[in-house]
Amino acid sequence: MTATVSATAAPGVGPAAAVRPAARLSTAKPGGRRHLLSIADLDREGIEEILRLTDMFVEVSERPIPRVPALRGKTVVSLFFEDSTRTRLSFEMAAKRLSADTMSFSVSTSAVKKGESLRDTVETIEAMGIDAIVVRHSAAGVPWQIANWTEGAAVINGGDGWHEHPTQALLDCYTIRQQRGRLDGQRIAIVGDIRHSRVARSDVLAFTALGASVTLVAPPTLLPPTLAGWPVEVSHRLDEVLPSCDVVYLLRLQRERMQEALLPSLREYTATYGLTRQRARLLVPGALIMHPGPVNRGVEIAAEVADQPNSVITRQVRNGVAVRMAVLYLLLGSGVDLGV
Amino acid sequence: MSDGPFNQAVLIRGGTVVDATGKRVGDVLIRNGVVEAVGLDLDDAIAGAQVLDASGCIVGPGLVDLHSHLREPGREESETVETGARAAALGGYTAVVAMPNTDPPIDCAAVARQVFELGARATCEVAVAGAITVGRAGKLLAPLAEMADLGIRLFTDDGNGVQDARLMRRALEYASALGVTLAQHCEDSSLAAGGHMHEGEWSSRLGIPGQPGEAEELMVMRDLALSRLTRAPIHFLHLSTATSLQMVRVAKQGGARVTAEVAPHHFSLTDAAVASYDTVFKVNPPLRPPADVAAVKAALADGTADAIATDHAPHAQEDKEAPFDQAPPGMLGLETALALAVTELDLPIERLLALLSWQPAAIAGLAGRHGGPIVAGAAANLCVIDPEVTWVVDATRLASRSRNCPYAGRTLTGRVRHTVLRGEPVVIDGEAQR
Ligand SMILES: [Zn+2]
Repeated sequence: MTATVSATAAPGVGPAAAVRPAARLSTAKPGGRRHLLSIADLDREGIEEILRLTDMFVEVSERPIPRVPALRGKTVVSLFFEDSTRTRLSFEMAAKRLSADTMSFSVSTSAVKKGESLRDTVETIEAMGIDAIVVRHSAAGVPWQIANWTEGAAVINGGDGWHEHPTQALLDCYTIRQQRGRLDGQRIAIVGDIRHSRVARSDVLAFTALGASVTLVAPPTLLPPTLAGWPVEVSHRLDEVLPSCDVVYLLRLQRERMQEALLPSLREYTATYGLTRQRARLLVPGALIMHPGPVNRGVEIAAEVADQPNSVITRQVRNGVAVRMAVLYLLLGSGVDLGV
Repeated sequence: MSDGPFNQAVLIRGGTVVDATGKRVGDVLIRNGVVEAVGLDLDDAIAGAQVLDASGCIVGPGLVDLHSHLREPGREESETVETGARAAALGGYTAVVAMPNTDPPIDCAAVARQVFELGARATCEVAVAGAITVGRAGKLLAPLAEMADLGIRLFTDDGNGVQDARLMRRALEYASALGVTLAQHCEDSSLAAGGHMHEGEWSSRLGIPGQPGEAEELMVMRDLALSRLTRAPIHFLHLSTATSLQMVRVAKQGGARVTAEVAPHHFSLTDAAVASYDTVFKVNPPLRPPADVAAVKAALADGTADAIATDHAPHAQEDKEAPFDQAPPGMLGLETALALAVTELDLPIERLLALLSWQPAAIAGLAGRHGGPIVAGAAANLCVIDPEVTWVVDATRLASRSRNCPYAGRTLTGRVRHTVLRGEPVVIDGEAQR
């Protein structure tokens, strides 16, 4: 059994998350595999450990030659069943800066189309002798399944369906901490399509674990069927929430939501839940504007607002590489000198 | 049986006989496929009988499953009539109703005849349910009379609910002249669309698209109305929510011609199991929250539910090893149903046997041969149950061709020791004899 795959533990929020397995990522753990599957597997200390390490890798990234030999000889595979060039490149750059070898396996163009099963694909890749698999899949839970089928490789959840995207939440925490000093006591509004958002689920877990208070702002059709047990407030009026928040986090709206009768039109969405130029004036000075990207300019956020000085969207992207370096280092590092 | 009736005399010795008429200590002597005598000290009555020890055990009528997916024809890599019947016999069943969602589906006499023929050699009686509509497509009535002529007494599009209310009304009307019962898989497909587990707290956390309990309840409500309109009987398959069962309870109080079954997994597992993302827990109707599980148990206790039916649904490992939203729904049930009932339900053995044997036998139209009182002259379809023994479920040692058993590693109480089909011991001391 591995440390962080918890087949019986609740990868959730709220009461179930209170019984989180004590399965922090730790470099000290001898033998056994470690994974990063869910923010729920990390307690506050585990998240803070990653953020502290990220500070070091941010410093590495600013060097003229932003590279350390920490993972020399290790191989990191990105196994993406769903297109996400941004996340894939971010992980690959993180691996390269740690001197790991990288392989990229984009399955939409490969085996699964020929009827090869998910498990066959995974076992074939593992047989090549790799150290970590970054998995992205449109179905919730696939990283758990893969962790159960593999023996040697660490599994990193690069986003599973509507469920979780733990490295995104970690980089979001890092960015907020970097800009505002801490998460404790911060009032964070997450706005938009919470129901279908892996980012929102991971962010709620991470932000609240670090002491922030979270308000979800969305029409009922874009909220999960129930929020029982979620440590959040809910609002359907963005105008009422904006003046009292320290961070407003906008989620990407998929355009096909209209076909599912979840929204009447993009126009109505923007009018009620979009961060328009006018609405952005309700924010207190210094309040951060965040977005996981890619941005639908003019839908969830006005173009000018995305470019305002208090928008940290590009900083999130930059921090993403350093956070992923920290995660890879914690999972794969042998404890040798970082060379920093 | 393969070569004529089983002729050797069999003596089931030392057990307590339980049937719908009550409970008594006694041995059971069987010859030529029928019960010859029930009583004490039958040893002298016959020399050379094969003796089955039943000390400390319950001798009951064979169990009857209203809901088995035997997968033949079409999906023989996951189960066949032969392997499914063997699993059934090990589970104490002497009769199962084979569901028609095969490939091709059992929607005409030719396919039904094929399954009956396969069943003739099997280790339990294989009754067949026919489809209500051609191809189970919900558009045109299947030839119900032609199938009824073969002895089919239950019809269902199971796997699909009949969505069109007008078609369902016509089917009920048409069937009422044939003395058969329509059985509904209750699911409003538009409300359930895209849902892979119960919609609720767990689906919200896990990010798995859910289907609300109301998708089941809407069709229960509609079909109770259609049964009232047509005065035709209706049987509800695998009901799983408190509201569904409450509607049935009220309808029965009003004299409705309705029967209902529930599945073992709906009284022994909750939707929290899906948190593992193990597709063995994907089933339709989905696992529900604790309040619904409690309601299923209450419905079994107060008679609202008439039967425990397994919904035994084998799937090949390679099909189940898929992302949760692509894996087929269904789990094994035949070899664990009785033990789950003994373990999970706080009911006396005679109530459990009512739910597992004579009540489902009546619904399936099998009461002449299965589930009847154990008296001289009765068909010798029996099972012998040790109600005290505990055992650990080992999914690798099941007779089913598939391995999608959600109870692996679980310790259960109560196990089938012997099963007798038409006088032949097909299971002795927990081992299949053929
Ligand atoms: Zn069904």
